[in-house]
Amino acid sequence: MTRIDFLCLAPLLIVATAPIVIMLTVAIKRNFRVVCIFSLLMFILAFLSLFLVLPHTTRHFYPLLLFDNYSLLFLGIIYFTSIVVTMLSYGYLKQQGGEREEYFIVLFVAVLGASVLVTAEHFVSFFLGLETLSISLYILVAYLRSRDQCIEAGVKFLVIASLATAFLLFGMGLVYAGTGTMNFREILPPEENTGAIPPLMLAGFGLMLAGIGFKLAVVPFHMWTPDIYEGAPVPVTTFIATISKGAVLALGLRFFIDTRSYENGQLVIVISIISILSMFTGNLLALRQGNLKRLLAYSSIAHLGYLLIPLLTGTRAGVESAVFYLAAYVITTLGAFGVISALSVSDRDADDINDLKGLFHRDPLIAGVLTLALLSLAGLPLTAGFMSKFFLVLAGVKSGLWLLAFSLIINSVISLYYYLRVVKIMFTDAESDREVQISLITRIILVLIAAGILIIGILPSYLAELIGTFSGIN
Amino acid sequence: MILLYLILILMAGGIVAWITGKRNPLTARIISLLTVAIDLALLLALSFRYGSVSETEWLLEYSALWVHRFGIGIHLALDGLSLLMLFLTLIIGLLAILISWNEIKVDPGFFHFNILWILSGITGVFLSIDLFLFYFFWEVMLIPMYFLILIWGHENRVYASYKFFIFTQASGLMMFLAILGLYLVHGKNTGVYTFDYQQLLGTNMTPSMEMLLMGGFLAAFLVKLPAFPFHNWLPDAHTEAPTAGSLILASLMLKTGAYGLIRFAVPLFPDASRIFAPVGMCLGVAGILYGAKLAFAQTDLKRLVAYTSVSHMGFVILGVYAFNEMAYQGVVMQMIAHGISTGALFIIVGQLYERLHTRDLNRMGGLWAKFPAMGAMGLIFSMASLGLPGLGNFVAEFLTLAGAFKASILFASLASLGLIAATIYSLRILQKVFYGRTGIETTVKDLSVRESVVLGSLVLAIVFTGLYPQPVIDRARPAIEKTINRETSSGAKETKPVLVPDPVPPLTELREVVE
Repeated sequence: MTRIDFLCLAPLLIVATAPIVIMLTVAIKRNFRVVCIFSLLMFILAFLSLFLVLPHTTRHFYPLLLFDNYSLLFLGIIYFTSIVVTMLSYGYLKQQGGEREEYFIVLFVAVLGASVLVTAEHFVSFFLGLETLSISLYILVAYLRSRDQCIEAGVKFLVIASLATAFLLFGMGLVYAGTGTMNFREILPPEENTGAIPPLMLAGFGLMLAGIGFKLAVVPFHMWTPDIYEGAPVPVTTFIATISKGAVLALGLRFFIDTRSYENGQLVIVISIISILSMFTGNLLALRQGNLKRLLAYSSIAHLGYLLIPLLTGTRAGVESAVFYLAAYVITTLGAFGVISALSVSDRDADDINDLKGLFHRDPLIAGVLTLALLSLAGLPLTAGFMSKFFLVLAGVKSGLWLLAFSLIINSVISLYYYLRVVKIMFTDAESDREVQISLITRIILVLIAAGILIIGILPSYLAELIGTFSGIN
Repeated sequence: MILLYLILILMAGGIVAWITGKRNPLTARIISLLTVAIDLALLLALSFRYGSVSETEWLLEYSALWVHRFGIGIHLALDGLSLLMLFLTLIIGLLAILISWNEIKVDPGFFHFNILWILSGITGVFLSIDLFLFYFFWEVMLIPMYFLILIWGHENRVYASYKFFIFTQASGLMMFLAILGLYLVHGKNTGVYTFDYQQLLGTNMTPSMEMLLMGGFLAAFLVKLPAFPFHNWLPDAHTEAPTAGSLILASLMLKTGAYGLIRFAVPLFPDASRIFAPVGMCLGVAGILYGAKLAFAQTDLKRLVAYTSVSHMGFVILGVYAFNEMAYQGVVMQMIAHGISTGALFIIVGQLYERLHTRDLNRMGGLWAKFPAMGAMGLIFSMASLGLPGLGNFVAEFLTLAGAFKASILFASLASLGLIAATIYSLRILQKVFYGRTGIETTVKDLSVRESVVLGSLVLAIVFTGLYPQPVIDRARPAIEKTINRETSSGAKETKPVLVPDPVPPLTELREVVE
């Protein structure tokens, strides 16, 4: 290990050290506020350390990790999101009783798992990262153990995610048996990629697809999403919706491009079907949800369906559009869940759609942020969602995927209905008697997120350029 | 840059109005009024400075990069047609604020924010000549209009607002796909990927591709217009919207569809347009007659007026697909005259509703005795609506029909039946509302000064356009010639020499022709 190697590993090391420090501190004296501030600082530090790594890309830690621009970009997204999630968690957990400091330990481990995932270029690191992430998530989902719902969601998640892991592992095994390598790029050497893949490999890919599909929650592997979204504490749901899915998608994208699976007709057909099914299922099931978290869960299924489109293009423009879409989706989701988190009280989350009644009259600012986030999810102009959808459709039709683009358009219209329904409830109905005090810090965060949504929507050039220079998978 | 300011001033004014409106509704009203007035003054200055016929294609142009990675620019341009439309937009916008002075009690700040943002979206639509930007503004005007109907509408507002939004959004997305298709086709042909209108003009396409892409554009424009089978959203949206919302919907938003046809659908796809022309004219005639029939059958006064829009907009489609200058002049005239006359009718309906709290025709009657001034206004605008010579609608419909006659005698004659139908439903309005037996007893007063000013200015406008349409015609001519020439020069079909309306028959002659 040279000095530069250490430098490159710095972000991961920081995230790995933090939980140990918290553990030791908590052993001496518990102080929720100090732990929060420390976590926040560590995430900021991890984020800043990325700039130190930047001059030294591309660096392989053969054979497991790879630090290239692409992984740095995703690390950036992950750490940025972690910062916001930490702040939301502070506001949320402050109201809860009991011992809350351990939450951040697990959070750091989960982020570490996600970081490994986006830097992985080998089955082993892939699996390690995924398991680190998942196992921490089981704990996080069930963290508020006084709530039955949380426990239920945690157990459900444990069972289903383990099953998915088993599929994934078996798939990896089959691929390894077929090729003798676990490095992404050696799996399908260019010269051999002429005819059909042997059945063994195809089965391996299929099983891996199922495993990754579970994590991304695309149809038909989506069943767990609404329950987990609903049961988990709001900041954890935010984490699953943004970091967890984002990291898996980053890995999936890299795997797909490295193995050039987009040239494989059978896989392309399967993924197209999954994509279209996810869009329709997610949006149609969301239509009549009365629970905001479930509604967002179904909407996330649909959004992941959209996000599979660039996978099939296999072009650089496709990757760029996927990253852009993901970035926009992450910030929008942060806004939406941020509001729910801010409105939640100690005994329950503000996830019933009726909790929002008359919010616009009670608290126009918060209602405005949520409206903006929902409009962005629906893909209306002036918001990040509009531009990202545009880039996605553009990349799709450029590669001739008209059917997928068309079904995205149809689904945008369907999805409008339920997003507008939530907006309508905020604006029209009578005021409910719930009074929620929202701290100034939370307000500032939410306004900043809203500003981010607007800026990406109006001046997308900066982000697009940034992603353009960084999203080359090499 | 000044063109961009026109849009930005409205947006900024909207935000300021929203913020100040929380404390004091009156400031919000005054600020929005001032904002639109400033914009109007700016536009007036522009039209004096650049309004004369210029050498270049556009009177004024502004262009800047936006997302140059994908060839998207902020490209705004002003020509005679957009100038006219902008005047209409801002004047109607001013009136929309004035008429809701007392009507809006709930959250006036946000109300004015919505009004100003709709206006800015519409202004953007009339100015953009970058297709992406055009689509962007096309969508920008929808969301505030949705809120306007949803929050300040009448009883059935939720249903109407959804219907409005989903219809227009779905059709808009079809146009979006078509825009992308056009962008890609052009990019593949030339290697230049751009959304710029002027570069995209004359793109080479296979006929089937051209038809397909034109279909996407037409979906958006025909729904917005609305053309006959797609008019379904209109009566609901118009009826449930607050008066200012109905006014803006009828006078401005429908015009964006017509403008889109003239500016984009026909010039971008000349060959496909020619193939589509008979269908288009047929839709136009169907809209004229069907809309008139439905208007006659309504008992809800506001719904009745809404259906007259369907009928009047039929003339627009008929004229657009007649492909000659006279018809196009008629279309432009119709856009303006309909904006004024139907807008005024909606205002009168709103004022009646404020006084009587009903829109049911059967409960009205004999109101002339109580509201003589309003009755007189109602008379004037009903007459305008039925196409009485001397008022703007007559010029519009006459020119359209005369132009359409040259393209298709059958359709023109069928369409002229619409004038009779219009007479029937317009007289029915007068009969049911202002004459006949007295319906509701009421003690409220006739028009206030504010209301008289609003309606009075519209009377002036409709009479002016009716008696002296020449300024409108002069302004619109260069833009129309552009469209027509593209249409005629690209195709194989030989055209009759374009009618050069210099001078377009002065109105006195026109009237003689009719009489």
